[in-house]
Amino acid sequence: MQRRMAIRSGIAAMGLAAAATWGGAALAQGGPPIKVGILHSLSGTMAISETTLKDVMLMLIEEQNKKGGLLGRKLEAVVVDPASNWPLFAEKARELLAKDKVSVVFGCWTSVSRKSVLPVFEELNGLLFYPVQYEGEESSRNVFYTGAAPNQQAIPAVDYLMANEKVQRWVLAGTDYVYPRTTNKILETYLKSKGVKAEDIMINYTPFGHADWQTIVADIKKFGSAGKKTAVVSTINGDANVPFYKELGNQGIKAKDIPVVAFSVGEEELAGVDTKPLIGHLAAWNYFMSVKNPTNDEFIKKWQAFTKNPKRVTNDPMEAHVIGFQMWVEAVKKAGSVDPDAVIDAIIGVAVPNLTGGLSTMMPNHHITKPVLIGEIQGNGQFETVWQTTGLLVGDEWSDFLPDSKDLISDWRKPMNCGNFNVVTGKCGGKGK
Amino acid sequence: MYGFRRVLAGLGLTIGLLFGAPAGAQTADIGQLVTALATGSFDDKEKAIVAIAASGNPRAAAIIEALGAGTLYVRKIDARIVIATPKAGGLALADAATGAAAGEGSEAELDRVRVNNRLRRAIEAAVGSLTLMSPDPKVRREAAAAVFKSRDATALAALESALAAEKDPSIRATMRDARAAVLLGSDASEAQKLEAVAIIRERGDREALSLLRGSQEANKGAIGNEIAAAIRSIEQNLQLWQAAQNVWYGVSLGSVLLLAAIGLAITFGTMGVINMAHGEMVMIGAYTTFVVQEVVRARAPELAGASLLLALPAAFVVTAAVGVAIERGIIRFLYGRPLDTLLATFGLSLMLQQAVRSIFGPTNREVSAPGWMSGAFELGQLTITYGRAWIVVFAILVFVALNAALKRTSFGLKIRAVTQNRRMAGAMGIRAPWVDAMTFGLGSGIAGIAGVALTQIDNVSPNLGQGYIIDSFLVVVFGGVGNLAGTLVGALSLGILNKFLEPFAGAVLGKIVVLVLIILFIQKRPRGLFAQKGRAVES
Repeated sequence: MQRRMAIRSGIAAMGLAAAATWGGAALAQGGPPIKVGILHSLSGTMAISETTLKDVMLMLIEEQNKKGGLLGRKLEAVVVDPASNWPLFAEKARELLAKDKVSVVFGCWTSVSRKSVLPVFEELNGLLFYPVQYEGEESSRNVFYTGAAPNQQAIPAVDYLMANEKVQRWVLAGTDYVYPRTTNKILETYLKSKGVKAEDIMINYTPFGHADWQTIVADIKKFGSAGKKTAVVSTINGDANVPFYKELGNQGIKAKDIPVVAFSVGEEELAGVDTKPLIGHLAAWNYFMSVKNPTNDEFIKKWQAFTKNPKRVTNDPMEAHVIGFQMWVEAVKKAGSVDPDAVIDAIIGVAVPNLTGGLSTMMPNHHITKPVLIGEIQGNGQFETVWQTTGLLVGDEWSDFLPDSKDLISDWRKPMNCGNFNVVTGKCGGKGK
Repeated sequence: MYGFRRVLAGLGLTIGLLFGAPAGAQTADIGQLVTALATGSFDDKEKAIVAIAASGNPRAAAIIEALGAGTLYVRKIDARIVIATPKAGGLALADAATGAAAGEGSEAELDRVRVNNRLRRAIEAAVGSLTLMSPDPKVRREAAAAVFKSRDATALAALESALAAEKDPSIRATMRDARAAVLLGSDASEAQKLEAVAIIRERGDREALSLLRGSQEANKGAIGNEIAAAIRSIEQNLQLWQAAQNVWYGVSLGSVLLLAAIGLAITFGTMGVINMAHGEMVMIGAYTTFVVQEVVRARAPELAGASLLLALPAAFVVTAAVGVAIERGIIRFLYGRPLDTLLATFGLSLMLQQAVRSIFGPTNREVSAPGWMSGAFELGQLTITYGRAWIVVFAILVFVALNAALKRTSFGLKIRAVTQNRRMAGAMGIRAPWVDAMTFGLGSGIAGIAGVALTQIDNVSPNLGQGYIIDSFLVVVFGGVGNLAGTLVGALSLGILNKFLEPFAGAVLGKIVVLVLIILFIQKRPRGLFAQKGRAVES
């Protein structure tokens, strides 16, 4: 009797699996839901940026469910709040992977939070999609970097300023933590390789949340009065940007005279600022809300409907999540399973439309191809693209401009299957030389 | 059919513009240039700006100014290039090349002609040389300043004639500077150049320095030496101004610290309550300002400039009420238990932050600066921003008012009586618990109006208060607990110290050095700068 039950349920299970594989929309209820973890701070300092990403993930999941889910199963979002607390990120990641058994996690903003969860994802073999531009110098088998690497943001921006604004003197201003410090190190080497002298580079770091910018803005003015065209490359992060731009506006530094190009200021950050005095200051991203094409128009419309706010803006990390989510969906379809190992193998080479009208592809180094756009701030808080790369750039995880990393490459395809392969020694692992 | 006719008409117009049918050769020329201006690449546009400025066409200034102001559009339906001026219910359009009225339209029917920084510079230079003879003195001044910046050699002739006609002495001076700048960059004679260097040296500001340094390479020999001497003299002069600038920045930072700390000087200083939620009172004050601004915008837009002033009493009342509620609800049960108070108020600060985040959302809210608080003025070689200057004034006013309230009113007398000797005050018939609540309310209310001022220099976000809580405690402890004058001196000296350290040590290290110095100072003088004397302290 018992055996017959077992057989019967076995058959039922097989049927179910078959239905799940071939079923599609009509049989959407044919299996337990696939859990998608969302690991973004909903409280604390980073809530300002990360809450939006949580919302966009919920929207994408809802939309996928309307299309009939994935592999015939519904998607279910599991939202946790790591509260801008870096060790808590690791704890929450463990909770998502071990307790909730999520198939994939979309999350993190700051590099320090990513570094904090990295060992957890590697230990428990989870999948993390990381949507923010970062400093590079990392490639993990379990992480997919859908934001820009330095060569997809910082270096093209500097090139633009050199070519179009004839900038000869550089202020590298940043918040004091790993992303600005590494990016500025890369930029400094890059600028020197282009013949910029050491005395024409000024590097300045400020603490998180720095509010009194009077001295630094005055210093920038002083540095800019050497008779050479000067520009500021800003890796200032988070809340400190608003008082920085206010001080620039008040002290009358115009983009015409000393342009500021920012890597961490998007539409969302400008929402709290009167941008009229800032017209012409620049930002380098891989996406702007103002990009005109049907995919983006539709996305903006959906987003504003989802948030029930017709003025809600979109930004670059949101686009990264849109791309990352689609890639994961395609990879799961290709692999026919949500098993991390199968997805890791299937996702390389997956290409999905991005919101700027091109196709982004997941490369073997777990970074994606992206266009680079330079935009100028407009009076309405939007950016207007003034320059963009003709094609898409491949994210370069190990910078060619740092002595430690210039010989390293990453390729997660078999047989290499290595995140830091040294092309000089021919060995996997270890830093270069 | 109708659309087709429109297109034909548009074509006809374009052809007409190209071949100059309506108004002669000059217009034809400008028509072509305007087309290049509107539809070419950024390079084409830059060339077109220069050509239009040089064309001598009477429409030139209007076209280039419209481009700079973002009111030059291409009408989608017929590709006609128009200048738009806002009017009730839409935009009034005028043909760019001829100035003839071209009907009405809305943003959706038009494509704005795009500009970038390079074009903005070209526009500024062109407008500068075109408007040197404008009847409006303000425009003439701006024009002269623009030519000074652009050093456009082609503007020299216009500059000479403008200089000859100019009556206003200060505009004449700017024009003279501009002429000197142009001459220095040109191949003028040595005598002319030496004179130019002297004029620029007299100007003595950063722009002059920048100009001289920039022309150092091209000029050797006698002129080169003269330039080097001028640079040295300007640098020396600016060094003195820099010291003054540091003092001013220090006072400005000090006034912000004073505003943030002065409420704490009451709750922590006189009452001895370690109030970790003090920063959140500042934050609630800032959000009250935001709400007042939104209400004013919706109900009485004509009062928008005064919304900050209206927010002051509102912020005081709201935060004072929250303060009284906190005192009655939590703190009064914890008097004499400083550790419990610390933990309870810290928890409370997190709750308040999250509450604000749930109500207003996690993103920054914009509180706009009224006209009288934006921009800057020059005092010698110092740039003083209006916003900061008003905050200094405001901080002093708050300090004076609070001091007067404590020293001159019967409520102040009661506060002092209760904090100095609670039982004796009770015996005199003062209701000590009521005074406690009111004192805490007063301290919180002051924090609230500090929040109003901080909206002008910081983010209005749920984290606003966190950034100030440590600094506030530092100021109060450094200045001497229970002493308002100590808070004033403490805030100003910390501000100035910080600003003198920052240029050498950097913002990060500067802060650390200040912290270390304070720790050492407290070791020496545990009661702070102005230690309170008397029996109350001993007990």
